[in-house]
Amino acid sequence: MSRIVSITLQTNDDSRPIIEAITKDNPDAVAKYYPGMVKIDCEGRLVVKQETVEEILGREWDVQELQLSIVSIAGNVDEEDEYFELSWNL
Amino acid sequence: MSLEIKTSIIEPRRQTYSHIAKRLGEDKPAARYQEATWDLQPTTNFHYRPTWDPQREIYDKSLTAIKMEDWYSFNDPRQLYYGAYTIARHKMMEAEENHFKFIDKTSMMDLVSGEWQQKVKEFLLPLRHFEWGANMNNCDCSDKSYGAAISQVALFAAMDRLGMAQIISRTGLVLDDSTGKSLDEAKLLWMEADMWQGVRRMTEDSFVLKDWFEMFTAQNFCMDGVVFPLFYDYFDKEGQEHGGSALSMLNEFMQDWGKDERRWMDHLLKVTAAESPENAALLSGWIKEWTDRAIEAFTPIARHVLGSKADEVMAEIRTEINKRAAKSGIEI
Amino acid sequence: MAAKRKKKLGLKQRYSMLTRGLDWETSYQKMDDVFPYDNYEGIYIHDWEGWEDPFRLTMDAYWKFQSEKEKKLYAVIDSFAQNNGHLGITDARYVNAIKLFLTGVSPLEYQAARGFTHVGRQFRGVGPRVACQMQALDELRHVQTQVHSMSHYNKYFDGLHSAPHMHDNVWYLSVPKSFFDDARTAGPFEFLTSISFAFEYVLTNLLFVPFMSGAAFNGDMATVTFGFSAQSDEARHMTLGLEVIKFMLEQDERNVPIVQRWMDKWFWRGTRMLSLVAMMMDYMLPKRVMSWREAWDIYFTEAGGALFKDLERYGIKPPKYADIATKEAEHISHQAWHIFYNYTHAAAFHTWVPDKEELDWLSEKYPDTFDKYYRPRLEYLDKEEKAGRRFYNDTLPMLCQVCQIPMGFTDMDDPTTISFKVSEYKDDKYHTCSNGCKDIFDHEPMKYVQAWLPVHQIYQGNCGGSEMEDVLKWYKMNLGADNLDYNGSPDQKLWDEWQAHRTKV
Repeated sequence: MSRIVSITLQTNDDSRPIIEAITKDNPDAVAKYYPGMVKIDCEGRLVVKQETVEEILGREWDVQELQLSIVSIAGNVDEEDEYFELSWNL
Repeated sequence: MSLEIKTSIIEPRRQTYSHIAKRLGEDKPAARYQEATWDLQPTTNFHYRPTWDPQREIYDKSLTAIKMEDWYSFNDPRQLYYGAYTIARHKMMEAEENHFKFIDKTSMMDLVSGEWQQKVKEFLLPLRHFEWGANMNNCDCSDKSYGAAISQVALFAAMDRLGMAQIISRTGLVLDDSTGKSLDEAKLLWMEADMWQGVRRMTEDSFVLKDWFEMFTAQNFCMDGVVFPLFYDYFDKEGQEHGGSALSMLNEFMQDWGKDERRWMDHLLKVTAAESPENAALLSGWIKEWTDRAIEAFTPIARHVLGSKADEVMAEIRTEINKRAAKSGIEI
Repeated sequence: MAAKRKKKLGLKQRYSMLTRGLDWETSYQKMDDVFPYDNYEGIYIHDWEGWEDPFRLTMDAYWKFQSEKEKKLYAVIDSFAQNNGHLGITDARYVNAIKLFLTGVSPLEYQAARGFTHVGRQFRGVGPRVACQMQALDELRHVQTQVHSMSHYNKYFDGLHSAPHMHDNVWYLSVPKSFFDDARTAGPFEFLTSISFAFEYVLTNLLFVPFMSGAAFNGDMATVTFGFSAQSDEARHMTLGLEVIKFMLEQDERNVPIVQRWMDKWFWRGTRMLSLVAMMMDYMLPKRVMSWREAWDIYFTEAGGALFKDLERYGIKPPKYADIATKEAEHISHQAWHIFYNYTHAAAFHTWVPDKEELDWLSEKYPDTFDKYYRPRLEYLDKEEKAGRRFYNDTLPMLCQVCQIPMGFTDMDDPTTISFKVSEYKDDKYHTCSNGCKDIFDHEPMKYVQAWLPVHQIYQGNCGGSEMEDVLKWYKMNLGADNLDYNGSPDQKLWDEWQAHRTKV
């Protein structure tokens, strides 16, 4: 059985760089667009890296700013200053 | 998309919800606070009794001896619903955050005398546990109270107390260079130092009060009626004489919050006492008992900080509490 | 002045220092007196320090992010009202989903706020307490933003004027109400299992994600904004739900069977309640994003599958009757809509027969069941209505003793036979709609016999009188406006008038 972890974000200007960063850092991630939102699935593990978002955004970005765009998640959460990670135990 | 529909046919059919219009006395546009508060809580036809306390209903007026014809006769004078609340608190916190940044940048804390820094570790840092106690009591009151109006005020207050416990903790981290050592020491004082045992005993005794309105009054009127002026006014002034302006800046959030609390708490007592002489008598008894306890509990700390001035200060604080009670129609 | 380099604390360490050390072991009062409710459910906790904080928001960050969300949300609500946003929705039939939301779901948000306040005081550990308190505050946010968003609809449409009264009294609203009353009257650990785990983690996506996306698709900017804005808190709530389960399971293996039973119970109770959402999605959205069946596959079968695989190592199995619920996903929206079509004269929202294009969509989405069982029935009802015989069912239905839904659901392997089960308790017979509900009843009959069953109450004369009209007035329904078919309703008349003016321009 597949072990998909997933993050759903609103589609707006705040989330655009996050979506871009996720796609960059998780090559296996698949983004599905729905009205108003995007669901990004990835097998086993998915990470949002502060560094990548900051590069795209050109400013400091606090990982907790994810709070503003997140719609839903699936997976165990690990959050630190530098990243936000979703995973299932393998 | 522009719609050219004659304004006459897009006139609203009603201005607000029926239960809001009923309380307003007519169908007219209502304030956000009113729509977000009035009659929000279920009142009847509860399906099951709590398995954790089968004597009571899920929402139950009998959990306090205070009787109100209408539990929505209390309205928050600040008109705070969630949105207005978070926006107001964020504004206060932004100012506080700037103070922390400024102190960090300028190493202003180094200007505070070592002696006063030590004192602050002994009187202010253990207070984070008192704030946590105030969080628990307000949370308990929010749970047991009747009607959304009081319940939300208590919930906001509970979260505010957690916030203030965290501000005090951060002050500790500024003092101990982020090792957390000062917080560990403060907890030891809270648990064991003679000076703090009266406060801890009072706090723990308040946790088990059965009547939520008594708890609400004991915490937010009596205990806080002592703590906020004592710590953030009298102790603050004392600190100024020891180069304590850095710490004084950090007290700003609590000073503003204390003023805010007085506004809604005094108003609540006024409305409740005006309802009936029985209510006023209950409030009077509770205020007397818990003010006595709070004065007694905090006196050793006042003496530790203020020395010989302490007794006079505590007398002033008591007079002020009695004055506030009298203004709310409660004779002590 | 030489600024010394300050030590910077990491997120976890900082959170721990600012929060976890705040509590203490009381000694002037016994811990069991201070926390009287957290040990009667049979859950063993040896070390509250083993609690992993599901999210690490200090209050300063909470106020910052939440106030920002609120500013954005109220800007949308204001502009929606100023620009008469209700004129931009796809069709007025859509508003009936909003009516069901305001009367059925929003009051649950308030119940959640109070429930989390309760457990936010009652747990012995500071970690779970803070997480629950924050959720309590979030839930208050949800009910208040919903009341504010829908206030504009109330100005123009029927059925939204008296939500608190209706939630407490109206027959179908006892389905969501009893669900939450059940959770709130349970102990703190069961409450978190029911609401944080079964509802928030496993099932809430089915309510908020596809439905809100549907709201966006149907031009309802106010709802999609509060929906997504609320959902941004939900990610925290879901994490709390998963953490509490792992915490209980890790603390003591004796907790495992208790947690399993709660999961079974609340999964079933949750899916029953969501049958209302199923019909909202399949029938009440004029433009559809995905079918209930598709949503079920994504959010339960796929996401839930991965989740329960993860919990397997603790000895946890997927919820009992998950297979039945998955079979039901083919049927439940159609059966629920049919029940409400029967009784819409006693409901504060309208129903209707979907138009041909919509029937075709349902046929396409439900190739194995819709044409076989449900389409012919809807086409028959349509014919009857066009012949001036719109069908309303004038007898009162029997309700399931547990989920309180009228007993109109069928056996899933035999979709033309009504399913019902019988239990006996103290010489009385009690009826339930399914094995799932029967199991729940049989485990705690003393709880479920207390249920305030609307139909029983009507027959006992406790609901305003003996005539249907008396009861509906007692519900505070405006007869001929709030109830009956959408065709011929004041909502429809007004909407058509607006459309007529629009086309003239």
